Amino acid sequence: MPKSAAPAEAPIDGPIGGRSTVRTLLRLWPYVRPVRTRLITAAFVAIVASCTGLVFPLVLKWMVDGPVADGDGAGVWLGALLLLALGLVEALLFGLRRWLVARPLAGVEAAMRADLFRHLQRLPVAFHDRWASGQLLSRGTTDLMLLRMFLAFPLTFLLVNGATIVVGVIILLGQDFTLGLVLLAPVAPMVIVCAYYEGRYTAVARRAQDQVGDLTTVVEESVLGIRIIKGFGRHRSQARAFRELSHTLRGTELAKARILAAIYAVIMALPEAAIGAALVLGTVRVADGDLSTGTLVAFLSTALALRWPVESIGFLLAMSQESATATERYFEVMDAEPEAPSPAPSAALAPVATLAPAPSASPAHSAPESGGLRFHDVEFRYPDAPPDAPPVLSRVDLHIRPGETMALVGATGSGKTTLTALVPRLHEVSGGRITLDGEDIAAMDRERLRTLVAVAFEEPTLFSATVGENVLMGAEGSAGDAELARALDVAQADFVYALPQGTGTQVGEQGLSLSGGQRQRLALARAVVGRPRFLVLDDPLSALDVHTEALVEAALRRVLADTTALIVAHRPSTVQLADRVALLSGGRVAAVGTHQELLRENAEYAWLMSGAEAGGPAGLPAAAPPSPADPADHAGRAAEEAAR
Amino acid sequence: MTTSSTSASTSASTSTSTSASRNTPPEPDPNQPKPAEDATPPAAPDGKPAATADDPFDKDDLPTPPGATRALLRSLLSPLRGRVALAAVLLLVQQAVVQAGPLLVAYAIDSGVPAVRADDYGPLIAVAVGYLLCAGASGALQYAFIVASARVNQDVLLDLRGRIFRHAQALSVDFHERYTSGRLISRSTTDVESLRELLSEGLQELITVLLSFVYISAMLLWLDLGLGALAVASFVPLYLLVRLYQRRAGLMFRNRSTAIAAVIVKFAETMNGIRPVRAFRRERANDAEFAALNRRHERSNGGAMLEMARYVVGSRLIANVAVAAIVLWGAHRVADGGLALGVLAAAVLYLRRLYDPIDRLGMFLNSYQSAAASLEKVAGLLAQTPAVPEPEASAARPLPALESDHPGREVRFDGVRFAYRTGGEVLPRFDLTLPAGQTVAVVGSTGAGKSTLAKLLARFYDPTEGRVLLDGVDLRELSGAELRRGVVMVTQEAFLFSGTVAENIAIGRPDATREEIEHAAKAIGAHDFIASLPDGYDTDVRKRGGRISAGQRQLVAFARALLADPAVLILDEATSSLDIPGERAVQRAMHTVLRGRTAVVIAHRLSTVEIADRVLVMEHGRVVEDGAPAQLIAGTGSFAELHRAWRESVVS
Repeated sequence: MPKSAAPAEAPIDGPIGGRSTVRTLLRLWPYVRPVRTRLITAAFVAIVASCTGLVFPLVLKWMVDGPVADGDGAGVWLGALLLLALGLVEALLFGLRRWLVARPLAGVEAAMRADLFRHLQRLPVAFHDRWASGQLLSRGTTDLMLLRMFLAFPLTFLLVNGATIVVGVIILLGQDFTLGLVLLAPVAPMVIVCAYYEGRYTAVARRAQDQVGDLTTVVEESVLGIRIIKGFGRHRSQARAFRELSHTLRGTELAKARILAAIYAVIMALPEAAIGAALVLGTVRVADGDLSTGTLVAFLSTALALRWPVESIGFLLAMSQESATATERYFEVMDAEPEAPSPAPSAALAPVATLAPAPSASPAHSAPESGGLRFHDVEFRYPDAPPDAPPVLSRVDLHIRPGETMALVGATGSGKTTLTALVPRLHEVSGGRITLDGEDIAAMDRERLRTLVAVAFEEPTLFSATVGENVLMGAEGSAGDAELARALDVAQADFVYALPQGTGTQVGEQGLSLSGGQRQRLALARAVVGRPRFLVLDDPLSALDVHTEALVEAALRRVLADTTALIVAHRPSTVQLADRVALLSGGRVAAVGTHQELLRENAEYAWLMSGAEAGGPAGLPAAAPPSPADPADHAGRAAEEAAR
Repeated sequence: MTTSSTSASTSASTSTSTSASRNTPPEPDPNQPKPAEDATPPAAPDGKPAATADDPFDKDDLPTPPGATRALLRSLLSPLRGRVALAAVLLLVQQAVVQAGPLLVAYAIDSGVPAVRADDYGPLIAVAVGYLLCAGASGALQYAFIVASARVNQDVLLDLRGRIFRHAQALSVDFHERYTSGRLISRSTTDVESLRELLSEGLQELITVLLSFVYISAMLLWLDLGLGALAVASFVPLYLLVRLYQRRAGLMFRNRSTAIAAVIVKFAETMNGIRPVRAFRRERANDAEFAALNRRHERSNGGAMLEMARYVVGSRLIANVAVAAIVLWGAHRVADGGLALGVLAAAVLYLRRLYDPIDRLGMFLNSYQSAAASLEKVAGLLAQTPAVPEPEASAARPLPALESDHPGREVRFDGVRFAYRTGGEVLPRFDLTLPAGQTVAVVGSTGAGKSTLAKLLARFYDPTEGRVLLDGVDLRELSGAELRRGVVMVTQEAFLFSGTVAENIAIGRPDATREEIEHAAKAIGAHDFIASLPDGYDTDVRKRGGRISAGQRQLVAFARALLADPAVLILDEATSSLDIPGERAVQRAMHTVLRGRTAVVIAHRLSTVEIADRVLVMEHGRVVEDGAPAQLIAGTGSFAELHRAWRESVVS
């Protein structure tokens, strides 16, 4: 049983460690900038509100030493009214602060999320291969919520409480210098102790976050792979892996709690002791007559009022730490390079034009040599592959003439899917060029390239939208119902009309779930709806049953007649759609020819097609199925077809 | 493609999903048999799927029995009673110690000062010692409490996580198909997380707040009955305010969580489908759609924060008015000589503390709201009874000893009928015997019931009526381990777990040696591609999982099944992604390795049907033809007809 006990690794080896909390958090500035006025005003309001709280004891002192001692009823009233007024002001200011930041901070969170989404959509596909979507999602949700909370509370309150402490200390020192010094005594040791624990806390907190990630992975896999776990009766060993990880997590969390507890203990005990010392000293001095009772009461009252700001520093710092981690995680993704913009078309076209032998206005028709889809000495290796690993594709030369349909055949893992991904530039070639009608795709704007090339993937993905929307995604905004109907017809997807709301039926994650064959047909419809110049289909008929497959093939032939197409094929029946076949072997195009030619001349091809179609008449258009070689095989094929 | 789709689709989806209408108990819909392998409504004109709005699987919450949430919380905490009590006592004492401060101040002013003036330092020393003790004790107790409560919290979370995990694993495949992986994952991640927040931050906050309320009130009452009563009276408007906030914020939070769920779904879906997104230039359209969802969340999020602002203003106003009133009255009484000055000073100090934690109470309410909602969802999940339970250890029967050298066993469907709970019948009553060692191919159109037959045999489902017998033993009487020695099913989706390739194959038999693993891989033709991976059998599939093609994954799945060495092997369209040589290798392996084993093959492909001893043709849940392949082709049944039709289409 695989154990996912391996420590979670940061999927990107960026220089993220060793940066200070403050410097990390400063990266938030561009997002905070637009709301800075509100935020600063709010902080200012909060400082004023907090200081209002500090005036309470002063009024109290005035009352105790004045009207109360003198028995002055009116003075008492005055004092009480003053307190009431202060109280109202304080309440309103606190409310004002929150009102000031509520909408803007929700806005900051939304802006950061929108940016993340936008950025992720434009990162290379290779990036998405490396990162689980869950990892990205947690950055877009929990991390951003944490940051919003950080901006709302810890950031403001570190400032506010800092200011309150300073003002409070000034008041304390102003009231009585010696007593004030006594109270300040524990500051230095507290700072040292907190700094020490803070560093350790950060490390443990990050470890805990990573372990949660590992645990989540086990949960995810055990849910996604439930049929395998049940099919092999392996839920016990899966549960064991889960138990081990969750126990490890518990241990880490407890270690984290102990560090936190130590911080809190220090923060509780030291100031309390200082207040005690001040009380004793103050009592002596009141007894000696050096100090008024009112001053002592006010002094202690102020000191107590400062306790919450001081105590809170601990968790505010802890939250800041976590926010710094969240910021790091967020920018880990935001720092990844999006697909490089294509060079300016004019500059890029120049060399291509010189390479193209026929610089005519319509190269597709007048220059068949450069027209169509052409691979020139293409090499590809994954960007994260070790440098010594052989490239997935090397020296691939292939020319698909305008209007021609080329089937791509190769053994499992020979790089067929990878090759198809190069055409719409989901991956970038590492060497060589791919040209469309003579134009190097590396120089083309991706938007335009992807308008020219339509793709149907091996795994047909539908989005949460209506059937119609899912199909029309493949066309520019212009396509309407007629186009939709045509595309559905080509893909033989008339089952759509029997759905509850027809083409308006919701599908995808939040809608009706369709079978693999149905999804595949919709993906095919999506690929053909825009009448693309170039069509790339990755094993487009694999999940269809025999009858449907035959119908789709017939309809698809009409589309393919005037489309330049590359079709990955596993089966002879799919190969029949193509004019010619290219055999991909060992990362290279080993042979090109018609189905018949290759069957005759190429042993590997014959082996891949299992000799099932050997011996057909040569030279016929491949669209016409060859006659079967022997009856036994024929019967077998029939059985195969029936089996669907 | 990486397989992890953490699409936490936490939405209380009001979508028009009809895919689960089969589970609505009160209104059986005879039109709607929903074959598990194909959730498409039949194209028949009368087959309009009934979109039932009240289907529990359409919503996020499963029906929760009344009191289940509370019972769950109780059952989580009761084993930890001792520790909970310890933590509570620690907090109780700690708060008592902390609240002793102002009392010492009062004592110092009222007794200490006069005593010192009389040169009696006794009271002062008492104050000094008292304060020192308090300081030390409050620190130490704080430490002890945090550690003790962290233990309780972590044990509760450990327990809860384990329960969700084990329960989810015990629930039937049928349940998993309807509940969706996203929801299950979010149950055991985000929902557990919100409970963690409540436990680790909120609960301590609440207890502290409540305790200090009680302590301070008691202290004030003790100091002076009148002042204390006034303070206690101020709780009434505070309580009303809290209630009001709870109601209004609850609404806000629900809006917010619906909004964020929509954001999450869109986000996850886009990232999981990044290839088509790119290829079809959906970036801008997605940006716009996402912006709308994001904006909705922003509004509700801001709204929730404003609600909190209103609460803070309200609570502060009440608190400050109360303080002013108490001071006014107290000062008058001191002026009149009816109250000691120290008492007033202490009372005022206490009052400041009394109202301090009200803001934090608001925060607690927030985390409580979300944790309660989460816990309810979890309770709903845990309340589901596994539809396919393992037998009690005492009731379990072993399989009889094998009669021959061959590993195969006889399978018998004895009066089996299978229908969904809504009454949609998938398999009408039938009898079927598969002799030991026979390889049976099952063919038929989509929705004919082939997969259901296989799932009954694998005991992913239990039959509605009748029994499935393995060498005469009802599958329901076999323990989990015994069942999997008997029957193993390989499905079309070849999921790889994180870990190495070798570990993935070893799922078939965890105690297998490396030689056995390699032998299985060689037998199925997977050895070559595995050996060419960067680290061979030790390649981590997650790191390069996206680069192992669908066909290669199916080979790994096959090797896994070979290694498991079961008596009955079920292959459910298990070769769909293989190329022809791959298929040939599987076929060869079947000829040799599977000889003597009972095998059920649901197949699309020629080669697998070719090796079958017997073919079953299914239509509408019934076996309509049954015989050797050659015999059926020669006959006049639908199988032969299909075959002829195909031949004509090829020749013409």
